[in-house]
Amino acid sequence: MKKLVILGAGTAGTMILNKLEPVLDKDEWHITIVDQYETHYYQPGFLFIPFGIYNKKDVIKPKRDFFPSGVEVLFDSINKIEPKENKIILTNQKVLNYDYLIIATGCKINPDETEGLTKKGWYKNIFDFYTIEGAMGLAHFLKYWEGGKMVLNITEMPIKCPVAPLEFVFLADWWFTEQGIRDKVEISFVTPLDGAFTKPRASKVFGDFLSKKNIKLVPDFSTGSVDHENNKIISWDEKEVPYDLLVTIPTNMGDELIARSGMGDELNFVPTDKQSLLSKNHKNIFIIGDATDLPSSKAGSVAHFEADVLYDNFLSAIEGRPLRAKFDGHANCYIESGFGKGILIDFNYDTEPLPGKYPLPGVGPFSLLEETKMNHYGKIMFRWMYWNLLLRGAELPIESQMLMAGKRK
Amino acid sequence: MATREIAGITVEIDEDGYMADHTQWNIEMAVILAKEQEIEELTDRHYVVIEYMRKEFEENGTGPSIRKLNKQSGVSTKELYQLFPGGPAKKAAFIAGITKPHGCI
Ligand SMILES: Cc1cc2nc3c(=O)[nH]c(=O)nc-3n(C[C@H](O)[C@H](O)[C@H](O)COP(=O)(O)OP(=O)(O)OC[C@H]3O[C@@H](n4cnc5c(N)ncnc54)[C@H](O)[C@@H]3O)c2cc1C
Repeated sequence: MKKLVILGAGTAGTMILNKLEPVLDKDEWHITIVDQYETHYYQPGFLFIPFGIYNKKDVIKPKRDFFPSGVEVLFDSINKIEPKENKIILTNQKVLNYDYLIIATGCKINPDETEGLTKKGWYKNIFDFYTIEGAMGLAHFLKYWEGGKMVLNITEMPIKCPVAPLEFVFLADWWFTEQGIRDKVEISFVTPLDGAFTKPRASKVFGDFLSKKNIKLVPDFSTGSVDHENNKIISWDEKEVPYDLLVTIPTNMGDELIARSGMGDELNFVPTDKQSLLSKNHKNIFIIGDATDLPSSKAGSVAHFEADVLYDNFLSAIEGRPLRAKFDGHANCYIESGFGKGILIDFNYDTEPLPGKYPLPGVGPFSLLEETKMNHYGKIMFRWMYWNLLLRGAELPIESQMLMAGKRK
Repeated sequence: MATREIAGITVEIDEDGYMADHTQWNIEMAVILAKEQEIEELTDRHYVVIEYMRKEFEENGTGPSIRKLNKQSGVSTKELYQLFPGGPAKKAAFIAGITKPHGCI
């Protein structure tokens, strides 16, 4: 029997498992998937929790619901990979051997990387919304808050779902308006980037949205530390921004298991060939989702497009054929902009987000780089698509390669 | 590709205004490029960073992130910001004659 091991049963690991399992011969392949937690979190839903739109039960399901039968499932924490020996060591000392390995261990926030962040203010007037605990804590805080300075701070790039911080301030603007206290809240968006987003056209569009919504943009701010006694964030070059409520996006990093295995870069992301998704250092290891070091966005939609490529290349690899499928960096993100509207962006390694219609050129129903009600429904529908299609590895009615048709230069 | 003159030599530059061919670079150019970034004088510490940037670029085809710079060049993040106020990774790359680091998406 040949052995395929998948590490991580989040979005990407579950998806690739469901794609490969039906086509790998049961008499030839033994498949194992490992994760430390039994609960699957729909992370895109975390954004809505602080505003009471979703609660915890809207974003969780048991992981088991998404595994095909006949697959070995291990709920254990992974200690490390020994790539030269083709083996994995779990925290409980159990050893797994593999012929092929797929790493899908994602990334997570590391607030301890920033001095002062997790001290006195942590979960008192400092919250993240990238974890269920943070999102729930923030929901509770906001219920009783009477206003003041709210600062959204991106500590350093890259982060997963790079549009989520923008969505957060857009939604906050709407929510405080609904609560009748918008005039008592000063919202700032503090980022290490030189504008509202990473790519020029979209950065301009989002920048205009920020000013229209009276949200202050503070660019070029690389967070060095948090002065939790005096409630201010301080940049490495000693600029200061005071806050009453700090909503932080802490440093995002791959899991420590990657560091323990000696397989990561300085942020524990695994060096990955940006087209084939094969490890740069090992011929029998693929990487998918947020765990890669690719210069693409870290998002569920990206993992979905990657899964199509990895599927083809995995089947080629096990038959000794050349890896012909190429990932183009395709990302497709619905951005909640508040007041029941949304913006959609579609881009890849080489093409920045452009205006136009999607997925049908000229028709839509979604509009690119524009704010519409339909785009908001797209975002709301995404949760249904996620649980019912995406995780189960089903085909979506969209291409994995980005298309220029329907886009305006 | 666009060109410009630095220290009497015509060099190619990319769309961001960074030198497109790092092999055309020399120390005299660094001094001029530094002034354009409002760094009046390059100290030994600046050169530690510049050398590391060039080595990293030759090995990996891109400049390092600040985090990597800090970890491997032995210059702390705080000092990096003092040496290259505003944006160490971008400014040091500009002065070191390599292309703009495409670290973030
Ligand atoms: C607030 C927020 C909003 C978002 N919004 C969107 C959106 O609108 N659209 C979109 O497409 N994407 C969005 N995303 C991003 C999306 O959720 C992620 O990109 C996606 O989940 C990545 O999948 P993954 O499988 O790579 O990682 P994950 O889904 O995080 O899975 C990684 C898995 O590996 C396991 N693991 C890690 N280390 C170990 C270990 N040592 N031992 C055992 N198990 C381990 C973890 O338990 C986890 O289950 C959002 C994310 C956040 C936080």
